[in-house]
Amino acid sequence: MTAASQTTNQAAPKTATVALRGPDAGTARTALLFAVGLAVAGAAPFALYPVFVMKVLCFALFACAFNLLIGFAGLLSFGHAAFFGGAAYVTAHSVKVWGLPPEAGLLLGVLAGAFLGLIFGVIAIRRQGIYFAMITLALSQMVFFMALQMKFTGGEDGIQGVPRGVLFGIFDLTQPLTMYYAVLAIFVVGFALIWRTVHSPFGQVLKAIRENEPRAISLGYRTDRYKLVAFVLSASLAGLAGGTKALVFQLASLTDVQWQMSGEVVLMTLLGGMGTLFGPVVGAGLVVTLESYLAATSLPVPVVIGAIFVVCVLLFRRGIVGEILARLPGAR
Amino acid sequence: MTDDIILEARGLTKEFKGFVAVKEVNLQVRRGTIHALIGPNGAGKSTVFNLLTKFLTPTRGQILYKGKDITRAKPADIALMGLVRSFQISAVFPHLSVLENVRVALQRPLGTSFHFWKSESTLHELHQRALELIEDVNLTPWAYHLAAELPYGRKRALEIATTLALDPEVMLLDEPLAGMGHEDIEGTAALIKRVAASRTVLMVEHNLSVVAHLSDTITVLRRGEILAEGPYDVVSRNAQVMEAYMGTGGGAGHA
Repeated sequence: MTAASQTTNQAAPKTATVALRGPDAGTARTALLFAVGLAVAGAAPFALYPVFVMKVLCFALFACAFNLLIGFAGLLSFGHAAFFGGAAYVTAHSVKVWGLPPEAGLLLGVLAGAFLGLIFGVIAIRRQGIYFAMITLALSQMVFFMALQMKFTGGEDGIQGVPRGVLFGIFDLTQPLTMYYAVLAIFVVGFALIWRTVHSPFGQVLKAIRENEPRAISLGYRTDRYKLVAFVLSASLAGLAGGTKALVFQLASLTDVQWQMSGEVVLMTLLGGMGTLFGPVVGAGLVVTLESYLAATSLPVPVVIGAIFVVCVLLFRRGIVGEILARLPGAR
Repeated sequence: MTDDIILEARGLTKEFKGFVAVKEVNLQVRRGTIHALIGPNGAGKSTVFNLLTKFLTPTRGQILYKGKDITRAKPADIALMGLVRSFQISAVFPHLSVLENVRVALQRPLGTSFHFWKSESTLHELHQRALELIEDVNLTPWAYHLAAELPYGRKRALEIATTLALDPEVMLLDEPLAGMGHEDIEGTAALIKRVAASRTVLMVEHNLSVVAHLSDTITVLRRGEILAEGPYDVVSRNAQVMEAYMGTGGGAGHA
């Protein structure tokens, strides 16, 4: 990441005189924030309950994957639970029943997410707006019923007692701290891939499509293909999050493929700030924290979260991070 | 100036649920000319435009580009063949910078448009060309501003720079001067004239007067049909055109 910001800095001097805002002010800030976040996350298991932080990280990655689609390609998927939960089942099954090591289980989970994403994408990508959202919802409901009916998913019980195993034959994931740092590493890899995608030639085309699709078409881009690649990428990363979640909780269940899960990731992303890199992380952290605190009280969790969501949408539509960025001078 | 036809429509017809928006339009655009398509509101100008650029599919008729039938081609494909359009409502990417707007048009030939694993800095080699194009339309001071921050006339200029980035053989401009103030109209008209020196331009406009001194050929549409065609002097004296335009026809003659 530092290497990338250095190269952009070299290109900058010529432009700095003309520009009020250089093209890489945002990159430097992202790198700084990322370093701070990483330091905090690295120290977190000593202050907080590791499983709780791992849950936050899994959902943060899930929300980041979702955000790649809505924030940078402008596609609202309402079926992301299928990729998250589908991958959780595949990882859990391959580790528990086939006895594969965790890295192979995760890889299969990612592939399951990608495969489902490809099917969803091919069917839904030509539709716009609400129709796109509805088709993804319908397809994810089909995945849900398959999870309910199929043998290997264990129906209502899900797949329980998933062994964590030994990662790459070296890291014993039954040790809580080892598991934690493995999850953190997975999150960092996923986040870095999203960051790279957003700041890549592909990401530029994607943003152009989000901004003005007919214009992108008139410039010769077959926009459906770009949207499909973005969809598959997002589904794969959602799969990575789901597979990781199955290892952390040693469980894959219907909760992971349920439509509420798709709704929750929308909530996290919008709350944090869609189209911002850190927004989904903040949103996921907030929602997971709230849920676990409220679970200890007698308050109805969905009502409280729903109320917070309504207030957020009314008061700051850009989400928490989006609102902060909008108020920073020179922010994009 | 060569006399060959670069873009041709034969019997172009578009019906929307029984309503005939465009009826049997035959249009021939000669290479290297500025051809204007004008007509009052609802004359079907934009529909013809969308048919030619494949954003709509004709009910009947044929479209030929350089002698090749493109009636069934996809809009992205004709852009790659050198037929690039603009839009009536300014077509910029608002939350990309001016530089990035132009760069998006330049980056496709690099062949890395699907490379999500590569750094954005691999696109920096395009900056020089992009800045030249931006200079061409006098947008240099805005190069690093978001396109959304530009005033209207500048957005149109940016749109032209982006279109030029593809180095199209034919530029199709949808009301390039609409909504502009006087100061912008002259500049943009001069710009169109300049870029047309090496390519063909087909533009849709509302007013006859605006295109009077810009176009080599003017086609007047009314209610989906061609009313008159020819150079300004011929078209502006046509009785039917004067009638269709009433006041504006007279005003055009004066201008």
